[in-house]
Amino acid sequence: MSALLTYFRPDTRTASGALLAPARWQPLEILFWLFAVSLFWLAPSKVLLLNEIAILALFALSLDLILGYAGIVSLGHGAFFGLGAYVAGLLGKHGLHDPVAGLLISGGVAALLGFVTSFLVLRGSDLTKLMVTLGVALILRELANKFSTITGGADGLTGVTMGPVLGLFEFDIFGKTAYAYSLAVLFILFYIARRLVNSPYGLLLRAIKGNSLRAGAMGVPTSLRLVIIYTIAAGYAGIAGALLAQTSQFVSLDVLDFHRSADVLLVLVLGGSGQLWGAVVGAIAFKIMYDFLAAITPQYWQFWVGLVLVLIVLLGKGGILGFYGAGRDWLANRLGKGGVR
Amino acid sequence: MTAVLETQSLCKAFGGLIATNDVSFSLPAGARHALIGPNGAGKTTLVNLLTGVLQPTSGRILLQGRDITGLPSHKRVKRGLARTFQINQLFADLTPLQTLVLAIAEREDAATGWWRPVGLRRDLIDEAEALLLQLGLIDVRDQRTATIAYGKQRLLEIAVALAGKPAVLLLDEPAAGVPETERHQILDVIAQLPASVTLVLIEHDMQLVFRFARTISVLVNGGLFMEGPAADIARDPRVKKVYLGEELVDV
Repeated sequence: MSALLTYFRPDTRTASGALLAPARWQPLEILFWLFAVSLFWLAPSKVLLLNEIAILALFALSLDLILGYAGIVSLGHGAFFGLGAYVAGLLGKHGLHDPVAGLLISGGVAALLGFVTSFLVLRGSDLTKLMVTLGVALILRELANKFSTITGGADGLTGVTMGPVLGLFEFDIFGKTAYAYSLAVLFILFYIARRLVNSPYGLLLRAIKGNSLRAGAMGVPTSLRLVIIYTIAAGYAGIAGALLAQTSQFVSLDVLDFHRSADVLLVLVLGGSGQLWGAVVGAIAFKIMYDFLAAITPQYWQFWVGLVLVLIVLLGKGGILGFYGAGRDWLANRLGKGGVR
Repeated sequence: MTAVLETQSLCKAFGGLIATNDVSFSLPAGARHALIGPNGAGKTTLVNLLTGVLQPTSGRILLQGRDITGLPSHKRVKRGLARTFQINQLFADLTPLQTLVLAIAEREDAATGWWRPVGLRRDLIDEAEALLLQLGLIDVRDQRTATIAYGKQRLLEIAVALAGKPAVLLLDEPAAGVPETERHQILDVIAQLPASVTLVLIEHDMQLVFRFARTISVLVNGGLFMEGPAADIARDPRVKKVYLGEELVDV
């Protein structure tokens, strides 16, 4: 029992304990994943929505890796999402029906595009980055539109067929397999991202974001280090897109639309960037808000999303998680225990 | 004795303005050298040339006998040339402990490790903690750098440079802006730097210069006006005229 306690609460009086504390899984985090799994049985009628949330969370997670941790702004992160979706769709249409293999290939192709474009993106100011990322996404969308014989163009890519996941679980029309599949992929990639951000490399990224001049003066080849994370994040986004294509067995030009890039930025800011959970919390909040508001005011739901976004950004730093953290610290102070990390 | 840091006829022109004019100097290992000169003498340009922020128009820079003129900044650091900044350049959101662990990790080429948590790298942590202790930063170990006292931030600035175990350390006005009450800490730290590290002090504050520097170069209008042992420079009437004359005007 005490071993378990030192795992969750390492002794922060020691230097290694202080560094380890944020890397340790908190009980609340474990509960969250258990809850997400239990929804499979508790809310079977909502699995389609849950699947969308999981995919959006993964997409936001990938943006968080570059924006929240490395400080690379992007208005075109949808390019990788869309590319992943098309690659997965085309693979499914033209003979490779194994979902996991398709996922890995899609992620790989998106990562390759990320690697190549990183050299364009990583030079210049924030404004340059915004414009280059936006430009890459626009180019990709027009390419998909132009080569309609391959992509299906405006009609979308139909005839995508998917085999069973791992040869065992057939996709069903209710979306149960889809949710389980997406959730599993999200969890694995979340776990890897969590390892990454708590490693020396994760610390290095935060340092470059904080002050790249100093990082360089420490001997860090800053651009090279950013290429790696940009490539990884592109792969993550590609996998998110591939999940969408595989679970809906359809790809349309919509996956490369500007709103994808804008939405994911919104999701991340809503949840809180620079903390992996911000992506997950933001995706949940965004989708639920959308679901709820679209039911009341189908025409004007974006009005409310905009309002909430403005309030969140103006009232607090760090989105919903920022409010959560501030509330927790306040409560801890009231209880006289001092700040909780 | 072989030179640790050497420049050969270093020149830098910005259009028609010559900011560095034919500067040649050579520092032996363990030197305590100060670079002084009135405002606009070209001290900052020279530092930028040495650290690789700027490329010289002509001339060469040698570090431990090897030509580093064409190397980018971060590679010069790897070769053993560290610097501190006149205005703090720190990671506001990281703690001093995290900052130093990272600096040590980078030196050991371990900063790209992406799986094992930082907190389990005992080798890095122990060294970082020893450095924090040495520089009197242990009490702010886990505070966000942005929230610690300015004097402590100046110390951290030096600590980060030391973490790279440099052969040459450029200290750019290390005590600038530090309140009088915290000043002695910085002076003590500089005094206790290992003799193996070659120090180059870029400084306005004559009290600090004469306390640490054994040799001094005086820069005027981008060129070396004079160099020699600190005591000679202090006595030289021409230096007084160029340097202290301006100081009086400043007052």
